[in-house]
Amino acid sequence: MKHFFTLLSHEIRMLLVSPATYVAATAFLLFMGFMFTGMLESYSKEPQELSPAYVFFQFFWLPVFFMVPLLTMKSLAEERRLGTIETLLTTPITTTEVVLGKYGAAYLLYLTLWGCTGGFFYILQKFSGDIRFLDVGPLIGGYTFVAISGLFFVAIGIFTSSLSRNQAVAGIICFVLLVAVIGGTNYLADSAWLSRESLDPLKDAVGYMQVLSHRDDFTRGVVDTRQLLFYLSGTVLALIFSILGVEAKLLHS
Amino acid sequence: MPLRDRTVETTTTISETTPPPDTPAIEVSHLVKTYAGVTAVSDISFRVEKGEIIGFLGPNGAGKSTTMRILTGYLPATSGSVSICGVPVASRPDEVKRKIGYMPENNPLPEDMRVSEYLYFRGRLKEVKRRQLGPRIDEVLELCDLKRVRHKIIGKLSKGFRQRVGIAEAILAEPPVIIMDEPTIGLDPHQIQIVRQLIASLRGRMTVIISSHILPEIEMTCDRVLIINQGRVVAQGTPADLRREILGRSIYEIEVQSDPAQLLEAANAVEPTLRLSTETEPDANGFRTIKLTTERDDDLGEELLRALLARNLRVRALSRAHATLEDVFLAATRRSWDVRSEDLRKK
Repeated sequence: MKHFFTLLSHEIRMLLVSPATYVAATAFLLFMGFMFTGMLESYSKEPQELSPAYVFFQFFWLPVFFMVPLLTMKSLAEERRLGTIETLLTTPITTTEVVLGKYGAAYLLYLTLWGCTGGFFYILQKFSGDIRFLDVGPLIGGYTFVAISGLFFVAIGIFTSSLSRNQAVAGIICFVLLVAVIGGTNYLADSAWLSRESLDPLKDAVGYMQVLSHRDDFTRGVVDTRQLLFYLSGTVLALIFSILGVEAKLLHS
Repeated sequence: MPLRDRTVETTTTISETTPPPDTPAIEVSHLVKTYAGVTAVSDISFRVEKGEIIGFLGPNGAGKSTTMRILTGYLPATSGSVSICGVPVASRPDEVKRKIGYMPENNPLPEDMRVSEYLYFRGRLKEVKRRQLGPRIDEVLELCDLKRVRHKIIGKLSKGFRQRVGIAEAILAEPPVIIMDEPTIGLDPHQIQIVRQLIASLRGRMTVIISSHILPEIEMTCDRVLIINQGRVVAQGTPADLRREILGRSIYEIEVQSDPAQLLEAANAVEPTLRLSTETEPDANGFRTIKLTTERDDDLGEELLRALLARNLRVRALSRAHATLEDVFLAATRRSWDVRSEDLRKK
């Protein structure tokens, strides 16, 4: 792990000097801003039951679908396309360090972008002068959820990037996997064929994996260790697969 | 003598920390690499002493790059063993990676970094101490004539500069072994000369392996040449040795106005082993260019000329052709083709 920080700082630096990062960040914040104003408009029309923070995080999956593939698709695919993976792996560093360095940088950027949306709530509270809008509980819960689920989502992105030398292919596979993890589990849990009695254990398992219900729990302030375990084990698994993905390409190149 | 006939003793009992002083820099024995059923390298063995500069020659797809990649530990070998400075690549790749500087084929570089930034990053990865890295970067920039572009972005540099950035990167950490895959590809003659001097300046201090298609290049810089074809070492030795061994004869080129048979008769009076190898049709003045070959090594030019003039043959020119490495290369690679086709016929 000696070289992890060298690689991490290199990756962060490369992200910071790349115009694509700023374009993606601006687009993300614009999109989130529109969502936030739309939400506020509905609040101004009629009183709502739920706090703004809760409603805001209900749509967290929309930016995740687009942002995570865009942030991660370049990382390993580009190294392989340019051939720089060869110079990288012939220095005394391990594949694990390379993958973790890329992952760390992408995750930090992901967190930073979400962190920026915190400004929305600050502005809302400042201009409305109403402390009720800044509902601290759901806000902390929501951001914790974003940070923890982000570990898994970004790891999925890194994994798909290790599969192909083509960024677009990596991005599309990542998008599909994210839809499967976020939307697919939700769909499966509601589907009729799982409600047979013999499939009850499976139904329970799918029930635990529902990302959208995890979000509801977190924003309500319920932190379940089973859910934490789900994201952490998913992250570790995806990263192990990415390392294997990079190495398998070398063995069979 | 082709190397594959010679068995190389592998030094397997090497102390973990300090190898004995006579350990070869690179030792490869019975190396085989197959890709999905295709044999890229089949049973290559060679050894390189410390401080030697070795040239890898071979046509495209001969297995040069594959061999180099296995030497660096980037690709695993299918069978056989490779050790760098006495350290086996397969079991201790981390140690080996500290001992080599590698410039891959096509010299991949990140597009959006500055030259000095890139060298700093690579230096840190190669575990050069932070305090020594700054002066060392200045030194390699100076050596590779890159001072002018140290703050330029790599993606905007010309091919020659990029190539030299790759070389600078390979020698950055002062490794004992440097492996460069086609370092002079795409350079202009002036830049080739700089690179050649650079490589020559490493002689004695570092062991260098370079691969190239440019034969004069190899001939000038390398102490020893390994010719590889179809994954086998087909010839090795110093350029002079190879010339003698592969071609094994002298060639005389004569422009003469006579019948070839008459010429041969005159020539055989001087040296009976002289044989006619090629002849051309007579030109407008009736002169033909005829090539004679012989096994004899000493110069027969003067006697030959005397004999021809004594028979009143009109001679316009006589020269002894020097075999270039190119001829050796062509002969060696052709020879292995013959071997292959004979093998096939036997089956």
